[in-house]
Amino acid sequence: MQLTNRSKQVSNKEMTLAEKMYLPAVISGLAITIRHFFRKKPTIQYPEVKKYLGPIYRGHHVLKRDEQGRERCTACGLCAVACPAEAISMIAAERKKGEENLYREEKYAAVYEINMLRCIFCGLCEEACPKQAVYLRHDRMVPVFQERDEVVYGKDKLVEKLDDRYVRVNNSEVKTTPTEPSLTRAAT
Amino acid sequence: MDVTVLIVKGIIILVIFGITLLIATYSTYAERKVAAFLQDRIGPNRAGPWGLLQPIADAGKMFFKEDFIPSQASKWLFILGPCLAMLTALMSSAVIPFGDSIRFAWNKVNYDVAVQGIEINIGVLYIFGVVSLGVYGVMVGGWASNNKFSLLGAIRAASQNISYEIALGLSLIAILMMTGSLSVRSIVNEQASFFEWNIFTQPLGFIIFLTCSFAECNRTPFDLPECETELVGGYHTEYSSMKLGFYLFAEYINMFVSSAFISALYFGGFHYPFMNEVSGLLEKSLGVVAGHNVATALTVVVFFAKIFFFIFFFMWVRWTLPRFRYDQLMNLGWKTFIPLAILNVVVTGAGLLYNFKYSSWLIAIVMIVLAVTSIARTPKREPIPQKI
Repeated sequence: MQLTNRSKQVSNKEMTLAEKMYLPAVISGLAITIRHFFRKKPTIQYPEVKKYLGPIYRGHHVLKRDEQGRERCTACGLCAVACPAEAISMIAAERKKGEENLYREEKYAAVYEINMLRCIFCGLCEEACPKQAVYLRHDRMVPVFQERDEVVYGKDKLVEKLDDRYVRVNNSEVKTTPTEPSLTRAAT
Repeated sequence: MDVTVLIVKGIIILVIFGITLLIATYSTYAERKVAAFLQDRIGPNRAGPWGLLQPIADAGKMFFKEDFIPSQASKWLFILGPCLAMLTALMSSAVIPFGDSIRFAWNKVNYDVAVQGIEINIGVLYIFGVVSLGVYGVMVGGWASNNKFSLLGAIRAASQNISYEIALGLSLIAILMMTGSLSVRSIVNEQASFFEWNIFTQPLGFIIFLTCSFAECNRTPFDLPECETELVGGYHTEYSSMKLGFYLFAEYINMFVSSAFISALYFGGFHYPFMNEVSGLLEKSLGVVAGHNVATALTVVVFFAKIFFFIFFFMWVRWTLPRFRYDQLMNLGWKTFIPLAILNVVVTGAGLLYNFKYSSWLIAIVMIVLAVTSIARTPKREPIPQKI
């Protein structure tokens, strides 16, 4: 079976004298390596320079707010059911009078926790959510943690900040922006 | 007067010692950097600017590792091995002339002190003696480890070094015949004009010498003694901490010394084209003493440039050529280099009889012609039809 046409037939023929002298081959080899010496290096200096990973990258979770800044999550638990790693847990609560500007519907998540050691960043919670409340941001990663008690992310870390709204941009303009945390900070 | 010469000499020796160690230290950095660049990587760049503090970090790591001696090992020999390797490596740089001479005035008389550890008339012999002692470090260390892999590595190192020392010496004899002296300085001084550099009079000898010094330093493509795919770590399998550091360090010092030796023997040492004109000009403009010293500094710089090129070349070859098989190594040494070196001696001698220095080119030309005809004579291989 031939997959590509790059395969070379190997032969065990007698070497000619020029080949036995090694030197021509050695010199051509040296020429090849020295060309690589001056070639531009493809390395990206990671912590200093970050590559744009595309609009479909699945990074840090975010609990979205709606246009008026109310939390969208209704604590239906579909994300927790969808989660293959069982990383999500939540406690639901009923909205009180006067909290209409905080929560969009009558039920909300009083506690919403994601265990980042369990999460496999598959994005199934995002797909399962009927309220477009949970997303995996494409522009931010979950930072490295050193302690076990840093691992479980509560609402304080997950709910979208009002001055740092997240929008998933799908157009080609952003592609060239290489680096920093929030690529798009446009308010919704 | 004698005291002054002694002091100047002592300073020169200390400086050479320090520079040898410094260059060996930074060779480890250069090796990693060159390796990275040849493989389209960047290499160490976290410790200090451009990773320049990397060797210090490495040394720190080496010192803090556990210094382990296997229970079945012969303890004293186990310690002696790396010491010997280091000692012999450091000894050999004593006779290499690093530059012309430092001049100082004393009672209105000018004294010249050569920039060289010690000028002896058997310099080449001295280096050969010390270099062949260098095998003992590897041999003793590998044997004392009481480990089969170490022993195999040590045996390989010993037989490889002995085999290649013969070709190394024979390729040098042609130069010694032309110079008529064993002193490294007089060999260097013989190459004062550019076209009398031994690389031009002894191209074949140079290639043999270069290849053999690769084998003597245990560098790729001849690094079989520590060939990690077959022998775990070769002769230093059992070594850890700074003892291992000494072995690796000794290798880099050896590399530096052989680079210096190659540039002294074949590339005119500290000479560069139009050296006499430059130094004459300097002495005229700056005075006899200061001008001479500036000119000497220039020769030292030139010599080190040549050394650095060869150190780079060692690394360049390391990342170009794969390792030889052991029988290929022996075949190359005994069946190719020794006969060629003897032929080179004979042809050079015949040339010298008629006062013709460039006779070694005859062998080179004949070999090139033979090679070209061998290519022309071989029938073009039929392209094998490929089944699809």
